Amino acid sequence: MTRGPSAFNRISIGLGLAFLYAPIVLLVVYSFNSSRAVNVWAGFSTRWYETLFANDQLMAALWMTLRVGALSASIATVLGVLAAIALVRGGFFRGRAVFSGMVYAPLVMPEVITGLSLLLLFVAIGLARGFWTVVLAHATFTLSFVTVAVRARLMTFDRSLEEAAQDLGSPPWRAFFEVTLPNIAPAVAGGWALAFILSLDDLVIASFTSGPGSTTLPMRIYSAVRLGVSPEINAISTLLIGSVAMAIVIYGVVRARKTA
Amino acid sequence: MRRDKSAIAAVLPFAWLAVLFLIPFVLVFKLSLSDVALSIPPYEPQFKPADLPAFFGALDFETYRRLTSDSIYVSAYLSSLKFAGVATALLALIGYPLAYGISRCSKNTREMLILAVILPFFTSFLIRVYAWIAILKPAGILNAALEAVGIPPLSILHTDTAVYIGLVYAYLPFMVLPLYAALEKQNATLLEAAADLGATPFTAFWRVTFPMSLPGLAAGALLCFIPIVGEFVIPDLLGGSGTLMIGKTIWTEFFSNRDWPAASAAATVLLFTLIVPIVLYQRQQAKVLAA
Repeated sequence: MTRGPSAFNRISIGLGLAFLYAPIVLLVVYSFNSSRAVNVWAGFSTRWYETLFANDQLMAALWMTLRVGALSASIATVLGVLAAIALVRGGFFRGRAVFSGMVYAPLVMPEVITGLSLLLLFVAIGLARGFWTVVLAHATFTLSFVTVAVRARLMTFDRSLEEAAQDLGSPPWRAFFEVTLPNIAPAVAGGWALAFILSLDDLVIASFTSGPGSTTLPMRIYSAVRLGVSPEINAISTLLIGSVAMAIVIYGVVRARKTA
Repeated sequence: MRRDKSAIAAVLPFAWLAVLFLIPFVLVFKLSLSDVALSIPPYEPQFKPADLPAFFGALDFETYRRLTSDSIYVSAYLSSLKFAGVATALLALIGYPLAYGISRCSKNTREMLILAVILPFFTSFLIRVYAWIAILKPAGILNAALEAVGIPPLSILHTDTAVYIGLVYAYLPFMVLPLYAALEKQNATLLEAAADLGATPFTAFWRVTFPMSLPGLAAGALLCFIPIVGEFVIPDLLGGSGTLMIGKTIWTEFFSNRDWPAASAAATVLLFTLIVPIVLYQRQQAKVLAA
């Protein structure tokens, strides 16, 4: 006997989801408002999207953010997968406690601490702040998320497959690339996407570690938001939300097709 | 089974994290012990071993003395802990019924609903906080709606209430997810057994379901509490000038006052405050791995 959701359960779910989605829906709706005011609906318009694409500063920041995201997510994925392998399969090697501490701490570390500490490192070694320092910083704080995403898949992966490959004469690295990696690929791709989104989203760490000429989109949005609500920001937010939602739907469809 | 050499995989990430995660903390700690005069930007100390004795000779606790004597810092710490504590309690109260409700649904519905809870996490944090400004501001959506039904307008934006709303909103997925994971894997036969032994549904929940969900609740609480203590974006955008949180203080010291030692000292104290919850959280992660 499994009891279905009670009326109380349904109400909790309904209210919870309404709370999570109402602000996002309102933001999207008002990005199509022809008036600048947020509380008056003055008719449908796409004028804010037009001004958005004409805004060179914002477009440059978007391009910078995408490049930082793609590069840092790729570095984080390589390091994060290696860390997951060591943690799941490495047994009790020397320095394991320190290592797992360093891997999991960034998940909860307040961003102001990470940002400030990385900045001091870059200053200390005399590395000029710019594109590369943001990439290094983002790869560092997102690699933990990749590890967590891959860890679960590695734990359930049947190692006898890899051992069979090795028994058949395949060197360990080849067994890994040809047997294990294809098996954990969905989790690795998910980890990359997570790292990319986290990088796209980061304001605090980028503010500390970027220099002149490497302003990211969240930094631009933040300085605009400080001046107040603007339909232009609503418009770029809508585009970001739309592209992330689309990516997730595509990912879901591809996965559903593979398992079907 | 053959001898496992997988630990070799740790070398690269270990080196990376040692340089980009561990050493930076040492630098924060060191700068927090420097005088302002030593480190006013452009502060560009290159590492020279010969200078080290002189450098350490110049270290002192001056910045910390300033920190403890200035009541603003002390209040900012206490108020951050209060914000994080109250917000975590609110998150548990709101997140538990939601996670519990979802865990009672059929398998397909359950998976769809939990995806719906996670989805907002993938849309920009900054944008989600920004969305509340339009709702809460004096001439905002909430007041327009209230006016329509004849309720006098509220002024919520730039108050502590707005900060709580923002914190609960932004961190809700972090509370619901571990709670759901704990509730979902519970065995329904346990509740049946409780019912067979005469327990009312409420007693069964309180004596069976709830105690078994406590690890999930603890994980969710830590996952919310720790980052909230250092939160910057939410108090900055939704809070008022009177909203004190240490993340905001560190940001202001650094970006507005250009006082790097003060920012470093504040960050060091914040880190030490969070060591106990972070270690608890690490233990939990280790348990997940062992399970």
